[in-house]
Amino acid sequence: MSSRMKNIIVPILAVLLGIIVGTIIMLITGYDAGAAFIALWDGAFGDIYYTGETIRQVTPYILAGLAVGFAFKTGLFNIGVEGQLIVGWLAAVWVGVAFELPKVIHLPLAVLAAAAAGALWAFIPGLLKAKFRVHEVIVTIMMNYIALHVANYIIRTVLSEKSDRTADVFPSASLRSPFLEGLTDYSRLHWGIIVALICVFIMWFILEKTSRGYELKAVGFNQHASEYAGMSVKSNIILSMVISGAFAGLAGAMEGLGTFGYASIRGGFTGVGFDGIAVALLGGNTPIGIILAAILFGSLKVGALNMPLEAGVPNELVDIIIALIVFFVAASYMIRIFIDRIGKKGAK
Amino acid sequence: MSLMDILSIVIPSTMLWAAPLIFTALGGTFSERSGVVNIGLEGLMVIGAFTAIVFNLTFADVFGDMTPWVSLVAAMVVGGLFSVIHAVASITFRADQTVSGVAINLLAVGVSLFLVKFMYDKGQTDIIQKGFSKVDIPILSDIPILGKIFFSNTYYTSYVAIIIAFIAWYVIFKTPFGLRLRSVGEHPMAADTMGINVTKIRYIAVILSGALGGIGGGIYAQSITSDFSHATISGQGFMALAAMIFGKWHPLGAMGAALFFGFAQSLSIIGSSLPFLENIPNVYLLIAPYVLTILALTGFIGRADAPKASGVPYIKGNR
Repeated sequence: MSSRMKNIIVPILAVLLGIIVGTIIMLITGYDAGAAFIALWDGAFGDIYYTGETIRQVTPYILAGLAVGFAFKTGLFNIGVEGQLIVGWLAAVWVGVAFELPKVIHLPLAVLAAAAAGALWAFIPGLLKAKFRVHEVIVTIMMNYIALHVANYIIRTVLSEKSDRTADVFPSASLRSPFLEGLTDYSRLHWGIIVALICVFIMWFILEKTSRGYELKAVGFNQHASEYAGMSVKSNIILSMVISGAFAGLAGAMEGLGTFGYASIRGGFTGVGFDGIAVALLGGNTPIGIILAAILFGSLKVGALNMPLEAGVPNELVDIIIALIVFFVAASYMIRIFIDRIGKKGAK
Repeated sequence: MSLMDILSIVIPSTMLWAAPLIFTALGGTFSERSGVVNIGLEGLMVIGAFTAIVFNLTFADVFGDMTPWVSLVAAMVVGGLFSVIHAVASITFRADQTVSGVAINLLAVGVSLFLVKFMYDKGQTDIIQKGFSKVDIPILSDIPILGKIFFSNTYYTSYVAIIIAFIAWYVIFKTPFGLRLRSVGEHPMAADTMGINVTKIRYIAVILSGALGGIGGGIYAQSITSDFSHATISGQGFMALAAMIFGKWHPLGAMGAALFFGFAQSLSIIGSSLPFLENIPNVYLLIAPYVLTILALTGFIGRADAPKASGVPYIKGNR
């Protein structure tokens, strides 16, 4: 079997295995698996309202997936999407509440502020990796917590009077759309999905159509060869992290300017950043793959909320399935051996 | 408020917060010393906390005052079992160890909350009645001055944690097993050539990290939160990971770092009641562990280097 076919079959098998194990868990615990999956489907697509909510959830997932996937292409593991998302969220809302401007200026400014904040947050681990050879995984994890606590502090002291949330952003900075909301029976669907799709195009364009993108990928494949060929490994590492962080920051803008319209004190992470790892992995770090994986995980997450209501199954079941999918994709060596064995049997 | 009063508040509180971090950081040390990165410490703590609370609630009548200790053993066993998933993925199936760790974290939260809803039909458990409670250590607390600061109003678990750290140091640096563990983490092929079973050592190390992480979670839940919900473990596992790095992959260093991070955590909570700290925003204390860890990695506070083979799956015959 060609490796191209395998690259498509492995994620599909991983999803199937995840669903099978999820079903087994429901059978063992005595839940009605059939009803659960029907409820899951209904909760994601059963009604135009739910479809709107699903697309809304897919939006940050695409961007988080792009952030993780882009860094992966340069051989970097950006586990700090969560933190970059939080600072992006904060920056977008900050610009959104600080002043009122015409929408054509204000909205792009708020969105760009988010991208810049995320980029800055990712610049630090990129710089440390390039200059001091510090592993980016650890630094980005630490940056996540720093982002969480600093954002909480700023919301409490600068953006509000010791309150738990900021004011709503001005309408001129909002991504919300009465048109889209009306179209989807008043879901929270907003214009962010357009931003996300543009970013998918940007990622594809940078990586496939520019020489810079070629360099970024080359560094990911083999740092020594790239160095020898005259590319600057250091600046490519930093650039890759910065672009990755900008995508993550935009994911934060989607939440801050679109879904919520404000920023609030958080006790823990949003989870979007970590799910972004799942999206990128399952999507094979390719633009189309990331869109498909984001749709899958977005609909699972939104559909899950209907499972306790309609089938009495805890929605955490979906978290288990997502974790299992990540696990099976990560351990794809197992699946690949399995495919090879079957392939050989067929050949005999 | 005299210095004495301040110390007798701050030190027991530091030790309370540090105990779970010490155990989990030691777990991380074992795993990484053998060459397996364990980002899943957070998830292992979640599983430990969940197991300890459920066990405690179920068997409080049977074991009476011994319940928290028996629950801790349960947390240790289940944590060890859960970490087998990480071991299988990252050692046998050569998965990216960071990704596998992320999967462990996601899976732990999903499984434990799913089971809480399955068993109790609500999002969080009841409050346990038999948690770890404050004690004055007999005899030692009678020592003048030191007794009041170090041995009064404190928890046995903190002392157990410190003792285990010394045992871990002995095991890693003074026993044949420790030598094998370190050699597998530095240069698995050389170790393999010398007849050491790389796979076996790594499995043992990862399972040890699961057991210790489970204990860490169990202590945290039974002495600090007293119930289990989605917010019970929120970052302690990653902080333990930070402690391990700040402690330069050394058991006693990890213990020292965990104590220091415990100090920062407890100050961020009790700081407002102390003179001269009340005006400092607690955000500085909250982010201190993470900032310091980054600085340590960068080399500003003595360079911290990971074991050489950390994060690389060992494939026999590959050069």
